[in-house]
Amino acid sequence: MTDKETQMITEKRVDIQVNGQACEITVPAWRTLLEVLRELGHKEVKCGCEKGDCGACAVLLDGKVVDSCLTLAWNAAGRSVTTVQGLGGPDNAHPLQTAFIEHGSAQCGYCTPGMIMAAKALLDDIPEPSLKDIKRGLSGNLCRCTGYTRIFSAIQAAAETLRQQETTS
Amino acid sequence: MNRIESPAAGTANLQLRQVGKPLVRTDSPTKVYGTAVYAGDLTMPGMLCAAVLHSDRASALLRHVDTSRAEALAGVHCVLTAADLPPSQGVMTDMPGQTGGLTKNTKQPILAKDRVRFCGEPIALVAAENAAIAEQALRLIDIEYEDLDGIYDPFDALAPGAPIIFGDDNVVASYKVRKGDIEKGFAEADFIVENTFTTQYQEQAFLEPEAALAWVDEHEVLNIRSSTQVVEHYRAVADAIGLPHNRVRLRAEFVGGGFGGKEVMTIEVWLALLALASRRPVQLVQPRERSFLSHGPRHPFTMTHRTGVSGDGKITALQIKLTSDAGAYAKLSPYILLYATVGATGPYRVDNLHIDSVSAATNNLPACAFRGFGTMQANLACEGQMEEIAKLLGMDSMEVRRRNFIHTGDANVTGQIIRSAVWSDQCATQALATLGERPTDTQTTRIGHGVACYQQSYGRIRWMKDSSEAWVGVEMDGTVIVRSAVTDIGAGQSSALAQITGEILGVPMDQVVVYFGDGAVTPLAGTSTASRALYMSGNATKMAASQVRKNLLSCVAGYFGVKIEQLDMCDSQVFIIDDPQRSIALKDCVKLCAAEGVHRHNLAIFRAPTSEGIDPETGQGEVFPDFTYGAHAAQVAVDIETGEVKVLKSIGAHDVGQAINLRAVEGQVEGSALMGQGFALCEELILKQGRLQTGSLSEYLIPTSEDVPEIKAIVLESRSGLGPFGAKGIGEPVYAPVAASIANAVADAIGVHIFELPITPEKVIKALREKESTK
Repeated sequence: MTDKETQMITEKRVDIQVNGQACEITVPAWRTLLEVLRELGHKEVKCGCEKGDCGACAVLLDGKVVDSCLTLAWNAAGRSVTTVQGLGGPDNAHPLQTAFIEHGSAQCGYCTPGMIMAAKALLDDIPEPSLKDIKRGLSGNLCRCTGYTRIFSAIQAAAETLRQQETTS
Repeated sequence: MNRIESPAAGTANLQLRQVGKPLVRTDSPTKVYGTAVYAGDLTMPGMLCAAVLHSDRASALLRHVDTSRAEALAGVHCVLTAADLPPSQGVMTDMPGQTGGLTKNTKQPILAKDRVRFCGEPIALVAAENAAIAEQALRLIDIEYEDLDGIYDPFDALAPGAPIIFGDDNVVASYKVRKGDIEKGFAEADFIVENTFTTQYQEQAFLEPEAALAWVDEHEVLNIRSSTQVVEHYRAVADAIGLPHNRVRLRAEFVGGGFGGKEVMTIEVWLALLALASRRPVQLVQPRERSFLSHGPRHPFTMTHRTGVSGDGKITALQIKLTSDAGAYAKLSPYILLYATVGATGPYRVDNLHIDSVSAATNNLPACAFRGFGTMQANLACEGQMEEIAKLLGMDSMEVRRRNFIHTGDANVTGQIIRSAVWSDQCATQALATLGERPTDTQTTRIGHGVACYQQSYGRIRWMKDSSEAWVGVEMDGTVIVRSAVTDIGAGQSSALAQITGEILGVPMDQVVVYFGDGAVTPLAGTSTASRALYMSGNATKMAASQVRKNLLSCVAGYFGVKIEQLDMCDSQVFIIDDPQRSIALKDCVKLCAAEGVHRHNLAIFRAPTSEGIDPETGQGEVFPDFTYGAHAAQVAVDIETGEVKVLKSIGAHDVGQAINLRAVEGQVEGSALMGQGFALCEELILKQGRLQTGSLSEYLIPTSEDVPEIKAIVLESRSGLGPFGAKGIGEPVYAPVAASIANAVADAIGVHIFELPITPEKVIKALREKESTK
C-alpha cells in the first residue's frame, strides 16, 4: 500500500452530535471518544483511568451510558452524545443536578459528571429504583470521597422530583 | 437554595446564623454542572504534552541512558535526564507549607542518576507535540541497567550486614518514649497480653491522577497550575532548579482528591524543567498506572504491643514496638513515624510506657502521607489489643476502654496535657447504640459488632511553627471577597471560609467569593494537610473578617450615635439590636467607611501554638496543638464458608468541636467509613521484589457502590477545639478508627482476631481452620 492509501484507511471524518450540537471531526481509528470530546472542549468529561475501571468519563451515547474511554470515536459516528453539561446548567438544571447540589453529593467533584450521567441512564431505565438498583446502576463509577451515601439519596430525591413532574405534566 | 430552616440541625448553634448549618457548599454547583476546572482541563496555545519514563527495576545501576532516538523523533521538543539537570541536590521532600520551624530538609533526586532505588523511580522526561508522540518517545529511550541486590523488607534492612540504601544503617527515623516505671508496671500486672499487628500499603486512589501545566510568562516568571495540596511548593521548585522564589508562581486548581497523595511534590518540578527547556507551555496528566508510582502510598507497619493489665482491666504497663517500611526515600516517613508513636496508645492514659519506633529504608515504593499519617495504623493495633485484653479478662471491651480513657487534664504519650474535651465514651456509646440489635446468625453467616476509639491530632507538629494568613474585604456594593492560598482538595476548604466570613459579616455565604490557592496573589495559608486547613485558615479568616466587622461597625456607630456593641449584622444590613428598624445597608455602610478613610479590608495571620521539640531520650514534650476524639462502630456479617466479610452498618460518632458546615462534616465521616472499609477488607498494594503487582484500578480494588453499608454520621459539638468557633480538625480523625472497628467486628463474629490487614476471605478461612484445629 502507498502512504496515501494507509492514511485513507486509518483516518475518517465522523459526525457526532454533542449536547445537540453537530460536530464534524477527522480522527484516526484508535482515538477514543473521551479524547475527542476533550479535544472539542468538553472538559467536563473526566479522565481517571483510560480503561473503563473508574467511570469518570461516562457519557450518554444515544441515551445509553458508556465509558467514553472504551468507546472509539468512529463508533460514535452519526450518533448523539450527552455530557453533564448537556443535561443542564444553572438556568435549566436537571433534577439530578439540583439534588446533587442540595444533598452535598459532590466533594472533590471529579467523579461527579460521570456519576450523574450513570444516574441519568439508571433513572431512564428504572424510574423508581430501589437502593439496590441504584447501587448496581453506579457500580461502574468510583467515588473516593463521599462513601456514596449522598449520591444515593440525591438520586432517590431526583427520581421523586421526576415522577412528580411526570404526573403534573 | 441555602434554606436555613431545620431546627434539628446544629441545635448547639443557637446564636449562630450560618455556622454549623448544612448549607450548600459554594463549590457544589460548578462541580455538578461540569464547569469546575481541574489542572488537566487547562489548555494554552502551543502547549506540549509531557510523559515520564519510570524505572522498571527496583535496585540497579544506570549504566547508560541513551535518548538520541527519542530526540530524533519528529514532534519531540525536548528529552531530559539527570545529566541535563541543574546541579542541585534534588528536590525537597520534607514537610512543605507555611512553616517557620526547622525541618530535616530531606531530598530526593528529581531524576535518577547513576542508580535507581525503587521500581518506578523517574529517569527521563519528554515534551512533545502531543501525548501519543511523547509516549512513543519514551519507548525510544534506551537504558542499560546493571541489577543490584535489593532489600524488600524493613526487618532485613535493619539486620546487620544489610546493603545500605539510606544513611549509615537504613534507619530513616526512630523515636523513643520512656515514661513512668515499666518494670514496676509489669510487676503490678495480673496478666500480660502480647500481640503483633501488621498493616499493608494503601493507595490514595484519588479519582484525578496527578496533573499540572507549566509555562514561562512575559515577566520571566515560571507559572505552574497544578493539582496539589500545597501552594508553597513554588519554593521547592525554585530551589531545585536555581530560580529566585519570586520567579515561580504556583496556583492550585480544584483538586480531584488528595488524601495526602498530593502533599509532597509530585510532578510540578518535572514540568518546570520541561517548560524552561522547551520555552513552551507543557502539560502532564499522569496515566493511572504511573500515578501509582508518582506519589507515595500509606506505610506498612508492624506493631507489637505487650500490655500489662490488672484483673479489673486497668493498664499497668505497656511496651510498644513499631516498624514501618519507608521505601527508597525518606519523604515524610520521619514525621509519619512520629504521628504513629504519639498515637500508639490511642485515647488511653498509660503511665508506665516504653515505645521504640523505627522506619527503615528498602527498595520498595517510597511511602508517604495518606489520611491519618501513621496514626490510624497505630490505632488499629491499640484498639485490637483492647479487644484481646477484654477477651482474656472476660470483660466487655467498652468497660476496659472506660477504665483507661484519657481525660481532659491528663498527660498523653509525650506528656502533653490534653486541654480540650475528650468525649471518647459518649461517642463510642452512641455509635454502638446506633448499631441496634444484631441480626441472628444463619447457618453460614456470623454477625459481629465492633467499636474503636482514637486520638488523632489536628494541625502541624508544633516545632514546624505553623501559620496561615487570610484577607477579607468588602466591595463598594457590599459584596465580600476572601483571599487565601488554601488549596481546595474537595472537603469544602474554600466554602468553609465563605461560611465563616458570611457569619461574621452578616452576608449569605453564597454571596461571598473566595479566591484560593494562588501562591502569588492570595496570602499564603499553608497546606491542606494534617487536618489543618479549617483550623488554621478558618481562624485567620475569622480574625480578618472580625476586624473588618469592627471597622464597619465603628463607622455605623458614629452614624447612629450608638456603641458598637449595640449593633449587629445580618442579611447584608447593619442594624441596632434593640431597634432593628434602624438599619443601614452594608453597601451604604461601606461608603461611610470610604468617606472616613477606614479600611474595608484586613489581612490577618493566625499562628499555631509552638514548641521546641521532644526530648530524644524520653520522647517527652508538646508535639501537636490539640487532638480530636471519637469512635466508629461496625456491624459485619462473615460468611464462614467463603470467608467473605460484608459490612452491614458503619457508624461514625465524633466530637468535631463545632461543625462549620454540618453537611460537609457528615460527608467526611461517610467517606471515611468506606475508605476505611477498603483498608480493612480489600485494599492492598502488592509488591514483589519491589515491583508493583496491583498498579491499576482493576487490580487495586477500592470499595464500589455495591459495597456500601448503611452509613451514619453522628456529630457531637463540645466547642472545645482550637479552630474557629471551637472547631476541631476532622479530615483525618474521622478515618482513624474505621478499619479497627471492622477488624474488631470480624473478631467478634468469628471468635478469633485476625492481626494482619487486609482481612481477605483467605485469611478468614485460615483463621477459622486454625481455630477448629486448636479446639
